Formats: sequence, C-alpha cells, structure tokens
Amino acid sequence: MKILLIDDSRTMRNIQKKVLSAMDNVEISEAADGLEALAAVGEQGPFDLMLVDWNMPNMDGFTFVTKIRENDKTTPMIMVTTEAEKSRVLEALKAGVNNYAVKPFTPDALLEKIRQTLEKAGAGG
Amino acid sequence: MPETQGNKVNPKLIVPFVKSAQDVFSTMAATKVTVGKPTIKKDPMPSYDISGIVGFSGEVVGSIVVSFHEQTSVKLVEAFAGEALEYGSNDFIDALGELCNMVAGAAKKDFGLDASISIPSVITGANHRVARMSDAPCLVIPCTTAAGEFAMEISVKQVSPAV
Repeated sequence: MKILLIDDSRTMRNIQKKVLSAMDNVEISEAADGLEALAAVGEQGPFDLMLVDWNMPNMDGFTFVTKIRENDKTTPMIMVTTEAEKSRVLEALKAGVNNYAVKPFTPDALLEKIRQTLEKAGAGG
Repeated sequence: MPETQGNKVNPKLIVPFVKSAQDVFSTMAATKVTVGKPTIKKDPMPSYDISGIVGFSGEVVGSIVVSFHEQTSVKLVEAFAGEALEYGSNDFIDALGELCNMVAGAAKKDFGLDASISIPSVITGANHRVARMSDAPCLVIPCTTAAGEFAMEISVKQVSPAV
C-alpha cells in the first residue's frame, strides 16, 4: 500500500510513520507542502492513501485537496491538522477529504482513523 | 465575559491555552503540565532561552510565545519526537515549533471565534526579544512539568469581524 504523508513538520511525519509501522506492507512517501505533494502524486502516484496537514507554507493542505479532487475523486485523504473547529472540518469534508484527525492525537486514535478510512474506501486495513 | 480593552484580560481568550497546553503535552509528550499564577508581563524579553511563537489573525489578533528553559525544551522535544534531538538543530526547531503550533491550534478551537494561526517560528539565544501588540496586555502563565519549567506568554485580543 502506497501512502503519501504531507506535513511541513518532519517530526510530525516521523510520528505518523511510526503509527503506520503498525500496518503491513506500507510504502511511505513524504512531502513538506502542497506543491511538493502535487509533484509526488505526479511522479510517484497513484497513492492508496494521503494524510494531509492543513497549515503549510507554499501551498496549504486545503488547496492541495481541492486541486487533487479536480481530477481524482477516489484516492482516500485524511486531513491531519490542528484546525479543530466544526466549520473547518465541514469545509475540508466539502473539499473532498474522507476523514479528519485533529492534532494532538494518540497513535491509536490516528491508526483507527486510517483503518476506518481504508475500510470505507474498500482498500482493506 | 468581559472583552479585552486597554489593559483588561479576556478570560475567554486565555483559559483555552491552559487546557490546550495540558492536552498537547499530555497526549504528544506524555508529560503533565501544572500551571501557576498568571502575571502581566511588561518587558519584551521572553521568560527563558528558546521561544516558539504563533500569531493569530481574524477575529482574534496577537500571539502566543511559549518560552522554555533550554533543558526543559530538550527533554520535552525528546519525549515528543521519540528520540533525542540536538538543541538548536533544524529537527529540534521543527519539533518545538510543532508543539507550539498544536498549543495554539487547540486553544483556537475553544475561542468560539473565527481565527487563523500562523506557521510557527522558533527563536533561540539569550536575551532574544519579541515584539508584541502595544494595545493588549501580555499575560504570562508559568507551567511546571517533570521535564522542567516553561511559560506561555499570551498577548491576544478580540476584534470585530471584517465587514
């Protein structure tokens, strides 16, 4: 399973990688902002799952999700962000994310969100 | 709830930071945070050696500076990142900035207002200075953990929504 982690914090990407190490057969790619993520999708895609931070320099996660959904309606995406207001969650869901995880999170809580998302998308988990 | 005007502090914009700091450090660094008695800060020098700064815009403007003793920051970053990181290195700065980002973001959700946060910045070095708004008080909340002390220096105010 190919997963793209998009977060401007390398520490946060490393924490997410540790969470994903609990899953079998995972191949992880990383991007530090939306622009890098778009390039990664073009060069290394398609991915089976993308975890997207909201607040990032150069291109934020919301813009990235919107751009991806112009051509790709199916790749599961989870917004992983400090943006916790209900209005933000609804905005992101409307833009096309499949699930939403708020920082701070426990490893178990994030893993559960990932499994839920993959199961709903029919990709196992 | 009183609004922030002049030198008055708006509890609606302060209490969320206490809860957010406790949630963030408990969840991400397995560290309990105990807060002490807040005081008003007059000088521009942060309390300790290294400071993470996040700005607010929208219906809440201002900033939070989370200022750490060097040794406190080293221990908290290690607990957060799951490995020891060299003090002042890019990875260390990244980790500390992300902790401050989460404190600001988690507090923001409890404001009940439409606000945005900036990408975090981290400043190191003795006697570094932080420019704050002159028309909002800076409240310092001392925080104690098993890793040592840090302080949240909060200078925010509510403004009318843009028409």
